[in-house]
Amino acid sequence: MTAVGVRSTRRVSWVDRFLTTLRIVLIALIVVGLLAFIAQQIDNDNAFARRRNPGATGLTAAQVKGLFVTGVAQGAMYGLIALGYSMVYGVLGFINFAHGEVFMLGTMSGFIASTKLSDAGYWESNFIGSFLLIILIAILVSTATAVVMERVAYRPLRDSPRLIPLITSIGVSFFIQNAVLGLFGPNSKSYPQLPEWLAKNRTILTFDIPGTKIMVLVVAAVSMAGLWWVVERTKTGKAMRAVAEDKEIAALMGINVDRTIVLTFAIGGAMAGIGGILWGLSFRSVTHLTGFLPGIKAFTAAVVGGVGNLGGSMAGGVALGTAESLGPQVILEPLGVKGVSQLRDAVAFTALVVVLLFKPAGLFGERLSEDDRA
Amino acid sequence: MTDSTTPTPEADQTPDKGTALLEFRKVNTHYGAVHILKDVDLAIYPGELVCLLGGNASGKSTTLKTLLGMVTPTSGDVVLDGEIVNDKPISYRVERGITMVPENRRLFKRLSVLENLQLGAYLRSDKDGIAADMQHIFELFPRVEERLGQKAGTLSGGEQQMVAIGRALMSRPRVLLMDEPSMGLAPALVQVNFELIEQIHEDGMAIFMVEQNANMALSIADRGWVIQTGRVVLDDTADVLLVHPELRASYLGGRDER
Repeated sequence: MTAVGVRSTRRVSWVDRFLTTLRIVLIALIVVGLLAFIAQQIDNDNAFARRRNPGATGLTAAQVKGLFVTGVAQGAMYGLIALGYSMVYGVLGFINFAHGEVFMLGTMSGFIASTKLSDAGYWESNFIGSFLLIILIAILVSTATAVVMERVAYRPLRDSPRLIPLITSIGVSFFIQNAVLGLFGPNSKSYPQLPEWLAKNRTILTFDIPGTKIMVLVVAAVSMAGLWWVVERTKTGKAMRAVAEDKEIAALMGINVDRTIVLTFAIGGAMAGIGGILWGLSFRSVTHLTGFLPGIKAFTAAVVGGVGNLGGSMAGGVALGTAESLGPQVILEPLGVKGVSQLRDAVAFTALVVVLLFKPAGLFGERLSEDDRA
Repeated sequence: MTDSTTPTPEADQTPDKGTALLEFRKVNTHYGAVHILKDVDLAIYPGELVCLLGGNASGKSTTLKTLLGMVTPTSGDVVLDGEIVNDKPISYRVERGITMVPENRRLFKRLSVLENLQLGAYLRSDKDGIAADMQHIFELFPRVEERLGQKAGTLSGGEQQMVAIGRALMSRPRVLLMDEPSMGLAPALVQVNFELIEQIHEDGMAIFMVEQNANMALSIADRGWVIQTGRVVLDDTADVLLVHPELRASYLGGRDER
């Protein structure tokens, strides 16, 4: 951060050379991979493709489309979680690593509610009603968790250096994970089956899309639109943006800063709760560890998009989901890498590195000057 | 202050001015163990322009913070329109007609000019009144209306000053506090800025200004106070202070205390 201002006057160091090399290597990797993929598409038996990976058969157009849709749907869920990271960072300037557990509690409460509804037969007879009910329950649980977390763990640390709430958030994360482990046990719990009319494939614009993914995309889009409306169009949203920029002056305007911060946590929690339900319905399984990887990925998505920027976080989520879905088979497999489906996570975090190498503030992040951030 | 050329006892300054809008009664404040304000008595009456002069660490900004409620006095009373407000939050005081144009303007740079002005009226719900006040600000500062949709951070220093004053006026204050209004402005703008302040004052607004630029501030003020190491050492009309030998020696001479 401090080196940014002096870069122009500094001599080129070995770090710069290393970073430049890394940029070139990563871009070359992506370009060669894509070319190999295209070569494979044109003719599965051409010299280039064969030499690279004799075993690879290439992907059909339908498979590529399928991977793309899967990636976007996955990314939309990352995006919903990423919003919580971004909002809290915007207002308090630290990363709330316990946000993944807020999401997990949404998934978990959705599981409990949906199993109860399924036992009562209501899940099958009135799915829309059940769906709305479990989303509402997940929102309530996640929001309450986020709000209590702020009150108990972070508010007392408001004036401490930013590293301290950060470390606290890791502690909160372990606390929630272990509490859930203690309460519900370690085994994986399965959501009830989605009704056939929802889960069946539909064809939209030549894309053959499973109904579950359409549901994910629609719910994510509606939630994002709602959030955007709140933040950009309401008085409360204006107060949130004012608090994010300058708490002292926001208080001078008469804004209740504490309440606005609580609200930020609450809205981020609600988004994570919605994401939790979508996750549960998509993958149909939940454990006390469910929050970990999606949480880290969503944090990555927030950084890719530009942390603190809400639209950027959502876009970062979609970009990350797409990259990790398409990347292994479109770039790595034609390069001759074996067992690519295991490499999704590696691709996701490499995507983070690539983005940060070229745009250190994220895709849509604005470079904040030191006095802006202070 | 021994050689005041025209001694003006307290009683002469305050007749038929009604109740003070804002008053300090023997206010003491501490920052930890450090005693900042010592038995400070101040009063601002409707329609007055008063300036507070003092060197670094003299207690100027603590005075403002205490008036707004960011600092709570350890003894003495802060009185707002006859009501003791010692333990009332900022929002309570803003609703009762006090607000501040902060040092360095401190606009919300990533919000639009319009949003900055709207936030000034955050505690108000009288839509018609807000619209009328907004219109009044456009009459005062036509430039602000032209820049309404822009991010406040993209404005020039002078324009930002206008928005900062406009934002403060949007809360419809009865007394406007100004913290170092000429700080950080280009020299050419300082004069313009003081003319703006004078104009608002002529509209009938009571203004309490903290300012480094003593000559400039006193030239438009009605009264002035000089504060030194937390004590009010001079309290007189601006005309008297402008030619006050002791003020020139102690304050403009820049004797550094604490």
